[in-house]
Amino acid sequence: MTIMIDTGNYIAAKAAVMARPAVVPAYPITPQTTLVEGIANYVKSGEFKGEYICVESEHSAMCACIGASAAGVRTFTGTSSHGLLLMHEMLHWAALARLPVVMCNINRVIGPGWNIWPDENDSISQRDTGWIQFYCSSNQEIFDTVIQAFKLAENEKVLLPVMINYNAFILSHTSMPAEIPEQKEIDDYLQKYKPKWKLDVNNPITFGNIILPAAYEKIRKDMQNSSENAKKLIPEIAKEWKEKFGRYHGGLIEKYRCDGAEYILLAMGAIGAESKVAIDNLRKNGLKVGLARVRAFRPFPKEEILKLGKQADLIVIDRNISVGSEGALFSEVKAALYGKSDAKVYGFIAGLGGKDVPYTDIEIICKKSINGRVKECEWYNLEGV
Amino acid sequence: MSSKDLVEIVFHGRGGQGSVTAANLFVAAALKDGNIGVQAFPFFGAERRGAPVRAFARISGEEIHLRSEIYTPDIVIVLDESIMEIVDVLKGLKKDGIILINTTKKSEDFDFSKKYNVATIDATGIALKHDILVGGIPVVNTPILGAIPKILDRVTLKSIQNVIKNKWKGEGGETNVKAAQDAYDEVEVNF
Repeated sequence: MTIMIDTGNYIAAKAAVMARPAVVPAYPITPQTTLVEGIANYVKSGEFKGEYICVESEHSAMCACIGASAAGVRTFTGTSSHGLLLMHEMLHWAALARLPVVMCNINRVIGPGWNIWPDENDSISQRDTGWIQFYCSSNQEIFDTVIQAFKLAENEKVLLPVMINYNAFILSHTSMPAEIPEQKEIDDYLQKYKPKWKLDVNNPITFGNIILPAAYEKIRKDMQNSSENAKKLIPEIAKEWKEKFGRYHGGLIEKYRCDGAEYILLAMGAIGAESKVAIDNLRKNGLKVGLARVRAFRPFPKEEILKLGKQADLIVIDRNISVGSEGALFSEVKAALYGKSDAKVYGFIAGLGGKDVPYTDIEIICKKSINGRVKECEWYNLEGV
Repeated sequence: MSSKDLVEIVFHGRGGQGSVTAANLFVAAALKDGNIGVQAFPFFGAERRGAPVRAFARISGEEIHLRSEIYTPDIVIVLDESIMEIVDVLKGLKKDGIILINTTKKSEDFDFSKKYNVATIDATGIALKHDILVGGIPVVNTPILGAIPKILDRVTLKSIQNVIKNKWKGEGGETNVKAAQDAYDEVEVNF
């Protein structure tokens, strides 16, 4: 084990290369650029022995991932914001073809107005593509989740692609230490990908052919079943990782000081880390507040959220907005409680456009909720509107 | 300040002077010296050569959960004195905070030296002496780094010199190590 101190992108590149993918197609976009640069550096140093394909767009990047994965090999790519949106069609394709592609998406604002800072509207708008979605809050979690993602995606009971999301700049360009296991340890943990089927010139078969309604519906149900399987596997994989490598970031959610909490804050990504500081301060002031950082947004941890809703009132911070409705996590949390819990749920939109959300603001959000002085869904600290 | 406390530092410089590299190398050295929580990041915006830039560093004896900007630094480091005419570098600096300035002036030449702890170092002079130039511009980050152990006991000159050697192999590294040593020997502290 060595300690690497570097940015989220370079640590993601290290993890991706240590997972030994055979193919990495990539197209650069701020703030993902240093992730693919990092992998390109490993091509130069000889550490990455797979095929690195410079493609002409993100749509092509995902097409190349699909082609390579269908040919039976491990594939990885990374993107961000508009790049992810350009992939949209092929995201559905990869998931419906049941290809275990792993991708990092660096959460960045969608334009116009042009903005390179973090919010989650890029990946939230891809939530119905069938991809498993993780949201990370530290560079160490990025490393660990990239490796775990291959284990999860390639499991026969899952076979769904995985998107690992982390905030633009706040994580992608911030240096923090991460423990890096030896290559042999990763090789032992993550064995070579053995596909159930593959494109093979010696054994020609067709894929994605015309299919009648009843059979198609079965495909969708099978995806749903596999996603439910993933929901069981994610905590198991996290537990196994803890036993092997001594690190744990939570399963579907990471709970922090929830014991005896009368209010539980829910958040994703970097806000989920910053919130720990707020929770410590609130607890010091005698307020019984805990945190549940949502790591997996798809599959959505309905059952765990319901447990929280039976214990406490919930406060949700969304760094995204489903225009015409409300924050995505807020909606999903309420749906998980529907008819089974009387918990109050408070929703806040905060940090859009990359606006900083310091712990002092998170404390105010919690206090406002505890005092009941909030609208059903509030835009926190919105300027000039 | 106990060995576990969080220390927050803001670096002010101009694009090309190596502020971001300074923050990165500083936290790498701090980690070697047992500060298990460290974090370094640039101001997230457009960066141009010569334009004012900021970089941030945090060190702690515990894992750092903060992901926000630094608003109330313990230490401010100014890599380019002329920045102080256009940027309020003292903004948010804690009451007992420290400001380290690359200047040929003395600390008492700054009117805020009565209110804050001021340390001064002629980092540009040291960079020129050692011929540490990129595109003809003196790069002052390694001398600045060498001055830090004199104002903060949580990081040692030895670790700073080790991370410099790791970053630049061979002769370049040695030159920068000497520049850090000179700064360590020459920094003037009024507190």
